[in-house]
Amino acid sequence: MKIIDIKNLEKIYNDSEVKVHAVNGVNLSFEKGEFAAIVGPSGSGKTTLLNLLGGLDKPSGGEIIIDNTSVGTLKSSRLIDFRLHNIGFVFQAYNLIPVLTVKENVEFIMLLQGKSKKERDARTKELLEAVGLIDRIDSRPAKLSGGQQQRVAVARALASKPKFILADEPTANLDSKTTENLLEIMEKLNREEQVTFIFSTHDARVVKKAKRVITIEDGKIISDERRN
Amino acid sequence: MKNLTIAWRNLWRNKRRTLITAAAVALAVFFSTLMSSMQEGTYSKMIDNIVKFYSGYLQIHHNDYWETRSIDDSYVPGQDLKDALNSTDEIELYVPRIESFTLLSTGNVTKGAALIGIDPEEENKITNLSQWVSTGEYLSKGDKGILVAVNIAKQLKAEIGDTLVLISQGYHGASAAGLFPIKGILKFPSPDLNNFGAYIDLDAARDFFSVPDMVTSMVLLVSDYDHVQKIKHAIQEKVGDKYSIMTWDEMQPEIVQMIEGDRAGGVVMKAILYIVIGFGILGTIIMMMSERKRENGIMIAIGMQKYRLQTMLFYETLLIGLVGVIAGFVLSIPIISIFVNNPIPLPAEIGEAYEMFGLEPAMYFSLVPKVVLNQLITVFVITLCIAVYPVIQIINLKVSNALRA
Repeated sequence: MKIIDIKNLEKIYNDSEVKVHAVNGVNLSFEKGEFAAIVGPSGSGKTTLLNLLGGLDKPSGGEIIIDNTSVGTLKSSRLIDFRLHNIGFVFQAYNLIPVLTVKENVEFIMLLQGKSKKERDARTKELLEAVGLIDRIDSRPAKLSGGQQQRVAVARALASKPKFILADEPTANLDSKTTENLLEIMEKLNREEQVTFIFSTHDARVVKKAKRVITIEDGKIISDERRN
Repeated sequence: MKNLTIAWRNLWRNKRRTLITAAAVALAVFFSTLMSSMQEGTYSKMIDNIVKFYSGYLQIHHNDYWETRSIDDSYVPGQDLKDALNSTDEIELYVPRIESFTLLSTGNVTKGAALIGIDPEEENKITNLSQWVSTGEYLSKGDKGILVAVNIAKQLKAEIGDTLVLISQGYHGASAAGLFPIKGILKFPSPDLNNFGAYIDLDAARDFFSVPDMVTSMVLLVSDYDHVQKIKHAIQEKVGDKYSIMTWDEMQPEIVQMIEGDRAGGVVMKAILYIVIGFGILGTIIMMMSERKRENGIMIAIGMQKYRLQTMLFYETLLIGLVGVIAGFVLSIPIISIFVNNPIPLPAEIGEAYEMFGLEPAMYFSLVPKVVLNQLITVFVITLCIAVYPVIQIINLKVSNALRA
């Protein structure tokens, strides 16, 4: 089932003297349950594409349709609401809320969604068990290692039961062992929760695990390889 | 976990900065509360002096009396007036007075002063006049003696037992003259009153001024100081415009003006103090917003509506102010409470300056609710203004830019 459809997507930055075509006529689609990596050198447009997909940035042209909704037509507050219910984010620098505990960070999104305490508690416990951090439930992010923080970030991204998760260089700050562990967790959650994962990365370890590898260069898709 | 909880925790992410900002607010609140308390205490004492020592809270006169201050504008308090006063709630007591200008003389010294005819027992219930008799005795009903304020007695070089010659103008041109032995010397805590005049029995005054059964004023004691206007209107409704009813502040407009003027001066001082503190809080909020640009972007990215984030940041701004205000009150209220019960006596030179303005030479403090409430409202308004900054910042926040910050 197709959940994301990207048509002739463009993003042009006019900020500097030189016009930069960060995303240039991209056409892509993603199915439910995909585990896809967008790869390419620095400055190729990976993060811009991810930001456009997540509705964090406005495209200069083209269209992104997520679950029959054209993201570009949504007003600011509707777009935030759309993200809350449909998209999960994992950032390179984890970006957990430092004043909240692990439990509170995970349930924060559900709180924004207006879910009941019972529902929040059950989902938080389930996710923290899945990422192996149930014993650190009351710790603040500062007390966790980078890998642990990223696992909490994955749990947070999944808490709202999104249609897909956008992960921008999620392993960039992690060592090999931690990366391996994190990827295993994400693969497991991808299998069990049938959530689509889309990574932007230039980490070979992530590319190795991906079932689809999209290569981007100068804002254009130059290859789209599916693996079994 | 509510916005308020997150806001409270955010506040303590940079403990030192929050404490310094809150301490600055606390210091401003401390000084401002102390200053307001001292001002209100002084004003209240000043009003007390006027009301309790002499004028009462309300007076009822002949319609022209306040303009002319003439004995010709005396009146006979009719039954309608007495009924109105008896039936008005909150009037605890009313006493008659006759007051006019008189020359007092002994030997070859003459001095002009007010001569007040009083019912000694009833008057004592309102002004507690007997407590100010420093030498001699207080008047009794039907007494033929006179009580003289201490400074007048000094100027007349008169002592207890000396006889004063009183000359004035009686009702409708009648001549008024009499001899009154000094029965007591009055020493008030207010220098104004010490220069004010002399007191005789009401009947003696009526004889002296040839105004049988008449009064120049009825002086009212009421149960609540703040309700004088309400009581005035209640009486007015009953007696119409037959009499002039005046509240203490209408009788002493110069005191009200002086208080308002002094209050305005205090407001300027406090405004400067709070503006400085306001910029301190603003500085903290600007730093906080700059440090947390990325975090705010993340919150919006994951689905937090901007208005919720704005509310949270608003709470943070408010909480800084609130912590400061509470700390300020914790410091100031116990100190003020001590001073309320123990006014600070002023050194001789400053004390003399106070006396020149008719004030007792001491610093009085007050802990009326407005002293505290005004600080609370001021800090709230300042933080409200400052809270506009994060609100605008969030409105203009571009998530993709914030994530790159």
